[in-house]
Amino acid sequence: MAHHDHKHPLHGILAEFDRPEPLIEACKAARAAGFTKIEAFSPMPIHGVIEALGLKNRLPLMVLCGGIAGAAVGFGLQYWVSVLEYPINIGGRPYLSWPAFIVPMFETTILFAALTAVFGMLALNGLPRPHHPLFGVERFSEASRDRFFFLIESEDPQFDKAREFLASCHPTAIEEVPN
Amino acid sequence: MSDHMHDQRDQKQQDAIIAPGHTLATITDKISEIVLTPPLKTPLGWHAMMGIGSIGMLLLGATVTKLVFTGIGIWGNNVPVGWAFDIINFVWWIGIGHAGTLISAILMLLRQTWRTSINRAAEAMTIFAVSCAGMYPLLHTGRPWLAYWLLPYPNTMGMWPQFRSPLVWDVFAVSTYATVSLLFWYTGLIPDLATLRDRAKHKAVKLFYGMLAMGWRNAASHWDRYETASLILAGISTPLVLSVHSVVSFDFAAGILPGWHTTVFPPYFVAGAIFAGFAMVLTLMLPLRAAYGLHDFITEKHLDVMAKVLLATGLIVTYGYALEVFMAWYSGSPYEEYMLINRLTGPYAWTYWALILTNCTIPQLFWYGPARRNIWALFFVSMSVNIGMWLERFVIIVTSLHRDFLPASWGHYAPTVWDWSMYAGTIGFFLFSFFLFVRVLPMIAMFEMRMLVPASGVTGKDSDHKHGGSHH
Repeated sequence: MAHHDHKHPLHGILAEFDRPEPLIEACKAARAAGFTKIEAFSPMPIHGVIEALGLKNRLPLMVLCGGIAGAAVGFGLQYWVSVLEYPINIGGRPYLSWPAFIVPMFETTILFAALTAVFGMLALNGLPRPHHPLFGVERFSEASRDRFFFLIESEDPQFDKAREFLASCHPTAIEEVPN
Repeated sequence: MSDHMHDQRDQKQQDAIIAPGHTLATITDKISEIVLTPPLKTPLGWHAMMGIGSIGMLLLGATVTKLVFTGIGIWGNNVPVGWAFDIINFVWWIGIGHAGTLISAILMLLRQTWRTSINRAAEAMTIFAVSCAGMYPLLHTGRPWLAYWLLPYPNTMGMWPQFRSPLVWDVFAVSTYATVSLLFWYTGLIPDLATLRDRAKHKAVKLFYGMLAMGWRNAASHWDRYETASLILAGISTPLVLSVHSVVSFDFAAGILPGWHTTVFPPYFVAGAIFAGFAMVLTLMLPLRAAYGLHDFITEKHLDVMAKVLLATGLIVTYGYALEVFMAWYSGSPYEEYMLINRLTGPYAWTYWALILTNCTIPQLFWYGPARRNIWALFFVSMSVNIGMWLERFVIIVTSLHRDFLPASWGHYAPTVWDWSMYAGTIGFFLFSFFLFVRVLPMIAMFEMRMLVPASGVTGKDSDHKHGGSHH
């Protein structure tokens, strides 16, 4: 997706707001108008925006799978070591002392789940990505302070209507984002 | 969500936890300024603390060098007290670390918004405390460069760990805890690193924070997954932190030694960890708050709440001590009874009574409201608990070990100068790391503070449920 044969000169058009409410309105209106390649930016997570954009999130399922894999690896390791590879008699306890195996198994479950949560989040977000066309827009640095932005990407089929649409959202400024 | 209800509640709640009048911009500027200020304008107090920390680091380096070249015989522990400062300080440090996870995970799940202004620093404290803790078992192996033998990996010796041993569980618990704490902390930092990247004036500084921020650009779809990841991390860190100190307590409880072999240990250790950790959070935050003028973000409300947590966990710990006494009598075992009499009246009795004074008696000051908001009282009690929780581990470990079942095997233990220098060295490492953190990373989570600003009129995933559901 990132690499096209002929790149559009613009990455997209960015509208700036000084409050979150018009951003939420813009998200709703853009989806109603049929725009698909849209994104919002804000200095903190805003539930209204995430809802308005109708975002879906596969992360919880990934973490569940990671946790199950961790449990399987943890138990499998202990079973293989204690029963098959290196069986030793410890105080007459059975080789498969499963109650004792719960603790390391629990820890590997947590470990795999946590690694999946963090690296899954980064991967789904396409990070690390040190450079992005948005960083070329000087005002965009305010997105980490107190400004709110709404972007329509040039890949959107209706991109030719983007500027007109953004102007109707009463932004404080509209800027082009060069690719 | 109705805006009216929302505002009213926010007003009531936030008045206390952020000083009025703050906006998204002022919060961002105030907190990022601490980091982005030129080196020469760093407060004098910071230099003083860094100086103390650096001396401690040198002491640590010297001690570890001596230890590695000579062997662990330079420490005072020997049969019958084969475990002393190395495990006392391991447990002490790891317990201190637990408050960071408690604040960032458990209080997040409990929707305690006051945690926001202290969670970042407390998580940093966790990382550094766990690092200090980790040094002890690694160095106690005598040959720390072979510490990877603790892990299960295919090796030419054809040997594998023995998974029925609590000490092996400890390897899994502590290494998982250190990894997850680091991930949780770094994840929490990402949006703030992006803020610093955007605020930095100097190109090298911009590049530094830019690389650390990994290209975070505050996109809504990113925030969505980010918040999900944070909530999941909080959810899984909560049982993790409870498991870690429980497993640490199994190191003792699974032994048959009088004074160790008791079922109360896991909950009593966890409560003690939170107690010790909150004391350390207060010990660190009170001077920081004064040095950096953070009274707007760490308000009297925070101090009051932390003092209450100290009081409550102190009472749980006191209950644990009482239960130990009761069980020693109720067990009818002469060895248990003797352990108790020895603890109360034997050669180390003064440590036991000092422990009762510092951990049980002095924190009762916090029943008195004004004491919970007086910084001197808070500092006094938190230092008292820091000492008390160290004494607790000393009492459990040394008084139990030095006189076990057979009088023929009794002995005495005294730490050597190297025990003390190692301990002081880890404190130096801790201070050095913590104050380095304060200087180069935002010590208060900016993006989370922004969510608390009433004027922003918005909420994230986390707080939305709270507004919809319960009454505050």
